[in-house]
Amino acid sequence: MIRSNRIIIGTAFLFISCTLAWGVERFPPPDFEGGYAMPSPATPHARQTIYEYIDVAVLFIALGLASYLVLKRRSRRSIFALMIFSILYFGFWRRGCVCAVGSLQNIVLSIFDAEYVVPTTVAAFFLLPLVFTLFFGRTFCAAVCPLGAVQDLVNRRPVKVPEWAENGLRLLAYVYLAAAVLFAATGSAFIVCRYDPFISIFRLSGSLNILILGGCILLIGVFVGRPYCRFLCPYGVILRHLSRLSKWHATITPDECIQCRLCEDACPFGSIKKPTMKWPEKEYHVAKKRLALLLLVLPVLIFLGGWAGSGIKAVTARAHDTVRLAERISLEEAGEVEGTTDASSAFRATGKEISALYEEASNIRTRFGLGGWFFGGFIGLVIGLKLIGLSVWRQRKEYETDKASCLACGRCFEYCPREHLRRKEIEEASEKL
Amino acid sequence: MADENKKFDRRNFLKDGLWGGCLAALGMVAGSAARKHKRTDLVWQIDPYTCVACGNCATHCVLEESAVKCVQLFEICGYCDFCPGYFEPGANVLEPGAENELCPTGAIIRKFIEEPYYEYTIDETLCIGCAKCVKGCAAFGNGSFFLQIRHDRCLNCNECSIAAACPSGAFRRVPADQPYLLKKVDHA
Repeated sequence: MIRSNRIIIGTAFLFISCTLAWGVERFPPPDFEGGYAMPSPATPHARQTIYEYIDVAVLFIALGLASYLVLKRRSRRSIFALMIFSILYFGFWRRGCVCAVGSLQNIVLSIFDAEYVVPTTVAAFFLLPLVFTLFFGRTFCAAVCPLGAVQDLVNRRPVKVPEWAENGLRLLAYVYLAAAVLFAATGSAFIVCRYDPFISIFRLSGSLNILILGGCILLIGVFVGRPYCRFLCPYGVILRHLSRLSKWHATITPDECIQCRLCEDACPFGSIKKPTMKWPEKEYHVAKKRLALLLLVLPVLIFLGGWAGSGIKAVTARAHDTVRLAERISLEEAGEVEGTTDASSAFRATGKEISALYEEASNIRTRFGLGGWFFGGFIGLVIGLKLIGLSVWRQRKEYETDKASCLACGRCFEYCPREHLRRKEIEEASEKL
Repeated sequence: MADENKKFDRRNFLKDGLWGGCLAALGMVAGSAARKHKRTDLVWQIDPYTCVACGNCATHCVLEESAVKCVQLFEICGYCDFCPGYFEPGANVLEPGAENELCPTGAIIRKFIEEPYYEYTIDETLCIGCAKCVKGCAAFGNGSFFLQIRHDRCLNCNECSIAAACPSGAFRRVPADQPYLLKKVDHA
């Protein structure tokens, strides 16, 4: 038997080509005479579902607590403590996965891919912060999101970002959101997860590039408050607009604004809006014309964006494995490249038709073409609306938080003299008891 | 709160309408998620019949030591004396030793059972998921060695880094209550 084994293997070396052939049983299962008990391979459990539900429960409680601390208790110190907890639990303990920011892509994929089903917990991670935002503003960003919390901790020397830069940079987040949706919808990649800058820190391991990216964002974050949240976070874009509609929202003053200007520079995120006068007469007429023009330009911007987005489908489609493979195979077939890659030899070993692969790739490109219209059109729409928004004058009588960009971090509370009065009253009331 | 004496004007009416609309939209997302309901979570796994043993699993996992390990399915194993997954193709002595073994970490334990059969077991603490043994066993043996994600180690990242680097698309999401895709035993 030893002999025959060796002979068989020897001939195999000589004649069998090196392509892998699976499921071939070359040697019969042995008949053991000595009562040998055949072990079976160990299959350790996946993390049990009960723990996933515990995560959802913790998320729910943390959101509730954050909302309470921001709106009722108005205590930056407690918000800070909750931030630390979120970093420890959702960051280091749960290793940053699954997070609400990434769950966006699972939801999009499940809409476009009939076979993919979102697990209940992932859906909960997507929906709960949105629902809370509709009621209480961005309390999720304040203290529950570990990505936000870790940036909030390092923000020691805040500098003011000029408004034009803030508005311009914020566009990145919209582009990121549109790209995340495009790539998730086409089943190509989850780019938000792939380029999550802090994941390597939470996992204490991972790719060096991401670690460097995370380090850089934290370094910038020392000076510029929460750069990822403000200028990149795709989930933040949704939260922004839901927060505009929120039923209740964090306020600088607990009761009334006395226009003392003390809070003016309190916000590192530029979310405190100063009171404004009536629109100056001279500018009014120019601005009215500009607004009319921008309204006319809006559809043009949407169309141009869509046209450009669809035009780059050959590039965007390369995010999809099948398209990359088809391009490689076509190069190999044309003899323009030598040798094969792992992917192309794996494809050839399956014996599938090359034409079927080309057809599949071309279908995917078509999908990217259609998706590109939405992708670019959306970006055009955002640019247009932003320009329109900048041409509209909002009258404000007091210092207010901008509901959209306010991250409810609670820094401004203690700048307000009315808040000090409130705290003193509470203190006196508790002393009387 | 100021809501009690809120003015009922066009602006607030529109705002409330939008608010309700957003809540309804979120409800619809929740509803559609619930309709395609899946109680268990999804986890990543490698389809052993699609895997080409390229070696990316050893290097692309976000963990320092990959969550992918080799599995030995004893029911398929031929218990060969000259195991093509254990020995280098040119090994001239069939004895353990770095010069003869394929495994770079010596993670396969070779144990004599009875003439002429040897048992090969993976020491998971040493295995790095490089698939060298998988390749050897698949090319010249029964293919009883194959890679699987070990769920006591896997972090279940939302986007698996190895899946993104897999050249044959062997990674897919499977229900967490049946997290392994073992080869089928077919002694026909």
